[in-house]
Amino acid sequence: MDQLLQHGLNALMLGGTYALLGIGLTLIFGIMKVVNFTHGELYAFGAYMMYALVMLLGVSFFVALPLAIALGVALGALLELVLLRRLRGADIDTTMLVMIGAWIALQNAEQLAWTGVAKSISTPFPAAPLVIGPVSVAWNRVFVLVVALILIGVTYLLINKTKLGRAMRATFQDRDTAALMGVRIGNIHTATFALGSGLAAAGGALLGPVFVAYPSMGDLAAAKAFAVVILGGLGSIPGATLGGFILALVEELGAGYVSSGYRDAMGFLLIIVILLFRPTGLFARKERVG
Amino acid sequence: MSERAKPILAATWVGFLLSIPFWLDNPYLLHVLIVTGIFIIAAMSLNLLLGYAGQLSLGHVAFFGIGAYASALVSLGFKVTLFPDWVLVVEAKPVWLAMLAGMLAAGASGWFIGRIAFKVRGAYFVIVSISFVEVVRLVAVNWVELTQGPMALNNIPPLEAWGFTFLRKPANYWLVLGVAIASYVLIRRLVYSRAGRAMVALAENEPLATSVGIDVTRYLVLAAVVSATMAGAAGALYAHYVRIVDPDVFLFIYTVTMVIMVITGGKGTLAGPVVGGLIFGLLPEGLRAAAIAPEAQWIVYGVLMVLVVYFLPQGIVPALTKGRG
Repeated sequence: MDQLLQHGLNALMLGGTYALLGIGLTLIFGIMKVVNFTHGELYAFGAYMMYALVMLLGVSFFVALPLAIALGVALGALLELVLLRRLRGADIDTTMLVMIGAWIALQNAEQLAWTGVAKSISTPFPAAPLVIGPVSVAWNRVFVLVVALILIGVTYLLINKTKLGRAMRATFQDRDTAALMGVRIGNIHTATFALGSGLAAAGGALLGPVFVAYPSMGDLAAAKAFAVVILGGLGSIPGATLGGFILALVEELGAGYVSSGYRDAMGFLLIIVILLFRPTGLFARKERVG
Repeated sequence: MSERAKPILAATWVGFLLSIPFWLDNPYLLHVLIVTGIFIIAAMSLNLLLGYAGQLSLGHVAFFGIGAYASALVSLGFKVTLFPDWVLVVEAKPVWLAMLAGMLAAGASGWFIGRIAFKVRGAYFVIVSISFVEVVRLVAVNWVELTQGPMALNNIPPLEAWGFTFLRKPANYWLVLGVAIASYVLIRRLVYSRAGRAMVALAENEPLATSVGIDVTRYLVLAAVVSATMAGAAGALYAHYVRIVDPDVFLFIYTVTMVIMVITGGKGTLAGPVVGGLIFGLLPEGLRAAAIAPEAQWIVYGVLMVLVVYFLPQGIVPALTKGRG
C-alpha cells in the first residue's frame, strides 16, 4: 500500500510537466493543424537556457526560469514566422515534413553547440526530501509541480478569458469564419506557436535541473506530449491536463509492477490502444479521421 | 524519348551498374554503394506507401529492423522462454531461408499494423506509426533473452547460395543490385496494375475512390504488406552484410533518411527513390570529405529537407521530366 501511495505521488509530480508539454502541443495541433515535431527541441532549448543562465552566467535560479521561458516563446515565434507562415494552407503532410527537417536541424545544432555530454544544473532546493508519513518527495519536484500547475492555470485563463484567447478559440472552431470576423489568422498562428513553444520550454526549464540536459532529451519528451494529446483529445486543455496525469500514473505503475525497462513503452502502447478503441481521445467528441 | 529507346537506356544503366565492381577498386566506396543500395530498396518500399497510397508512414524502419532481426535470429538459431513451461527452440537455418523468414515476419507485421493503423488518417496515422516503431525498439532493447538487447546479435553468417558465400564486397554489391532491380520491377508492375491505380485513386481523393467502389482498407493493407515485405528484405540484406544487428536499427533517424530520399527524389515516381537515395546515400561521404562534423551533416539534411519542400515540393524527378517535356 505504501508503495502504491509512493507511485501515486511520483505520478502526481511527473504529471504536471507532461500536462504542460501536452497543452503546448495540443494548442498548436488544434489551432494550426500543425504536427509540431520541434516541440521536443523547444523542451531541450528550455533546459539548455537554464544551464546557460544559471551555470554559465550565474543568474539566480528563480530569475533564470522566467527568462528561459521567455526565450522559448521568442524562439517559437521566430520558427513560426520563418518556417510556417509561408506554409499556411499547405496540406498537413507538407508541414509535417518541414517540421521534421527543422527538428533534425535544431537537435543537431544543440548537439554542436553544447556537445553530447550531459549538463547538470544546480538548484537552490534542500537535498533532504519532504517526508509525509510513509512517502517522501524531493523538494525540487514539489516546486516543479507547483510551477507547472500555475502555468497551466495561466494558460487556461489566457485561452478562456482574454480577447486573444477568444480569437484562438474562434480560429480553432472555424478558421474561415474567424478570418471573416476580423481575426488576423497570421497573428493568431504566431501567438499560438509562441505560446505552445513557451510551455514546452517551461517543461524543459523545470525538468532540466531535476535530471540533466542532453541534446536528444527532447525526443522522449515530444513522444510523451503526443501521447498526452492523443489521450486528452484534440485542442482540449482540461483533456491534456488530465491526460498528462494519466500517462504519468500508467508509466509509474507500469515501471513499478511490470518492468522498468518498458516504462517509456507505456505511453506508446497507450497511444495505440486509445486510437484503436476510442480514436477521439478520452474526453473529446470531435471526429478525428480525415 | 521514343518508346523504343527506353529499353536500351534501361539496359545501358543496368550494364553500367553491374560493371562498377570491376573498375572501382576502392572497397570503402563500394561499401558506401552497398549500404546506399540497401537504403534505396527501403526507400522504394516506403514510396509505395508514401507516394502511391498517400500515407506518411513514419514507422517504416520498424519493418526494416524486424526483417533484419528475424533473419539474423533464424540464421543463428535461438532459444526463448515464452511461458515458464514452454521453451521455443529454433535451430540455426540456412541464410536464404532465414532471409525469407525475415521478409515474412516484416510482411506479417505490415499486415497487422496496416489492419489497425489505417483506422485513422493524417496526423493520427503518423503518430501511430511512430509509436509502433518505438514499442518495437523497446522490445528489442529489453527482450535480452531473444535479441541480446544492447549487446547486439553478433557473428551473423553471410548468405550462402549455390555453394557460394556472399562474403566479399563485390558479391554483396551484385546481390543488393539484383534485389533492388527486382523490387523496382515489382513496384512498377504493381503500380501499373488495377491495385496500383486503386491506390493512387484513394491517395488523391479518398471519398471519391470509396464512392466508386474501391475497398480502401483492403488496398491500403495490400500496399502495407508489400511495402513491409520489401523493407524486410532490405533489412535482411543489411543484417547478413554488416553481420551485426542492434536495437539502433530502429532509430527514427533511419526512417527520416528514407522519407528524405523519397521526398527529394519525387514521391509517387518510380525513379524518385533511386535518385533521392543516391543523393542522400552519397552526400554524407561528400560532406565527410569536406571535413564537416556529423552533427553539421545532419543540420544540412534538415535544412535541405525544408528547402526541398519549399522549392521542389514534387521532388527532383518530376521537376526534371516536366522541364524536358
